[in-house]
Amino acid sequence: MSVRVLLPNAFQKHTNGARELTSSAANLPGLITEIETTFPALRTHLRDENGEVRRFINFYVNEEDIRFLGNEKYNFQDGDEVLVIPSIAGGCCTKGECRCCSYCGAEECRCDL
Amino acid sequence: MAAAYELRCRECGKRFDNAPLSICDECFSPLEVICDLEAARGTFTREAIAAGPSSMWRYKSLLPVPEDYKPVTPAGWTPLLPAPHLAERIGAKNLYIKNDAVCMPTLSFKDRVVAVALANAQTFGFDTVGCSSTGNLANAVAAGAARHGLKTYILVPSDLEPAKILNTQVYGATLVRIDGNYDHVNRLCSQIADRYSWGFVNVNLRPYYAEGSKSVGFEIAEQLGWRLPDNVVCPMAGGSLITKIRKAFKELIALGLVEEKEVRFFGAQATGCSPISTAVKNGADHIEPQRPSTIARSLAIGNPADGVYAARAIRQSGGWAEDVSDVEIVSAIQELAETEGIFTETAGGVTTAVTARLYAHGRIHPDDLTVTCITGNGLKTTDALAGVYDQEAAIRPRLTDFEAYISQKNDEPELVVEGANVR
Repeated sequence: MSVRVLLPNAFQKHTNGARELTSSAANLPGLITEIETTFPALRTHLRDENGEVRRFINFYVNEEDIRFLGNEKYNFQDGDEVLVIPSIAGGCCTKGECRCCSYCGAEECRCDL
Repeated sequence: MAAAYELRCRECGKRFDNAPLSICDECFSPLEVICDLEAARGTFTREAIAAGPSSMWRYKSLLPVPEDYKPVTPAGWTPLLPAPHLAERIGAKNLYIKNDAVCMPTLSFKDRVVAVALANAQTFGFDTVGCSSTGNLANAVAAGAARHGLKTYILVPSDLEPAKILNTQVYGATLVRIDGNYDHVNRLCSQIADRYSWGFVNVNLRPYYAEGSKSVGFEIAEQLGWRLPDNVVCPMAGGSLITKIRKAFKELIALGLVEEKEVRFFGAQATGCSPISTAVKNGADHIEPQRPSTIARSLAIGNPADGVYAARAIRQSGGWAEDVSDVEIVSAIQELAETEGIFTETAGGVTTAVTARLYAHGRIHPDDLTVTCITGNGLKTTDALAGVYDQEAAIRPRLTDFEAYISQKNDEPELVVEGANVR
């Protein structure tokens, strides 16, 4: 059983230029572990300070958002193609973490976002 | 800041020189353009703006384009209209419409964002540009690229309205219809932008593109006589526009062009694609993606890129979000046209119907100065009104026939239910 995993350009700095890998992971948690094992430099960038995979990194299986398929409960099928794509905007910038402000334009955030 | 603007990561704060880049290479978060407000302080004054062109370029010193950039398209500077008749109908007393249904050159607010994106495409040396689009952006990119002399690839969902397809192809753009919804198209564009050296306005040029929406906010403030409204009602697709209008207001406050004021922001979506309004109503800090099903195709983004930020901006401002059915959308398109002479597309039907509901539910006080943002033209989505109006038989070109016609019209019973006219 193997799935083809396509990585975004943004990862390449931490993958020695690799754009894809073949994985035998059974599900999403297994795949993330395998990606981190294959590309150790990626680990600290892929997860936040609490060790959680950053929410703005999206996973798709054969054109479908994995969240529509059951997310971590989805079992990969042989031949699945998995896309990893960071959100172009959006994300999980929570209150207090914003160092620059998207709204007031000032470096010191003044609008409590 | 070396230049008047630069890219900065919204999460980790890493700075980047200006480049076709939308994602931080350290933490994979989105990038944002930050303009140097101090540098703009000398040039961004009421007087200098008044002496500028009658277009969005009067605000050039707070838009991310090179100082010597010569705009090729006078987008923006659309009317801000009092809407007394609609106001009376929905129980408002001080309602204005920001009418981007007549934004040039392609009759939607997307002309603004594309103007900034293509200026940067040119600066970065791209000879080919593209976008994923629900229609309005496709039109704007195709027309803008024609004026800039750029080659164009535009990817759209295959079920797009025929008018939006024609209004893209006529400019000579290569239109690629994708068998999927907007979210599928957008994902494919991310992959293409990774492989081809093209400028995708809403992918690798997105930080610059999004800043163009600030011009809506600058114009509202200037057209109100350099003051801010109490409320803004804004349609939400990706969620960017509402956050950028807010950013514009904040920048105007920071530069002292308007008095400080907390404007409440209200978001409008179609019930058939309402991930942001759902998040606002549930108090959620994340967006649950949806599979869109609505006639408001220009708002049909199930996984909105700026959804989290839009929901947060609405809540922080003390506003709210609502969503309305397809039937309400069509009815609101008719109501806006009949009361104010503005023919909007389905997205404007969403915004108008949501505005009415916000007043009906007491979310907006009748006396408040409220601006509702109409972002696209009704000629683009005439299929939404198919079958609504009967085509009457032609009469002969004779006065007697006309008089008979009038007589028959006057004899037709008016439908009256509980004292109100109904269609």
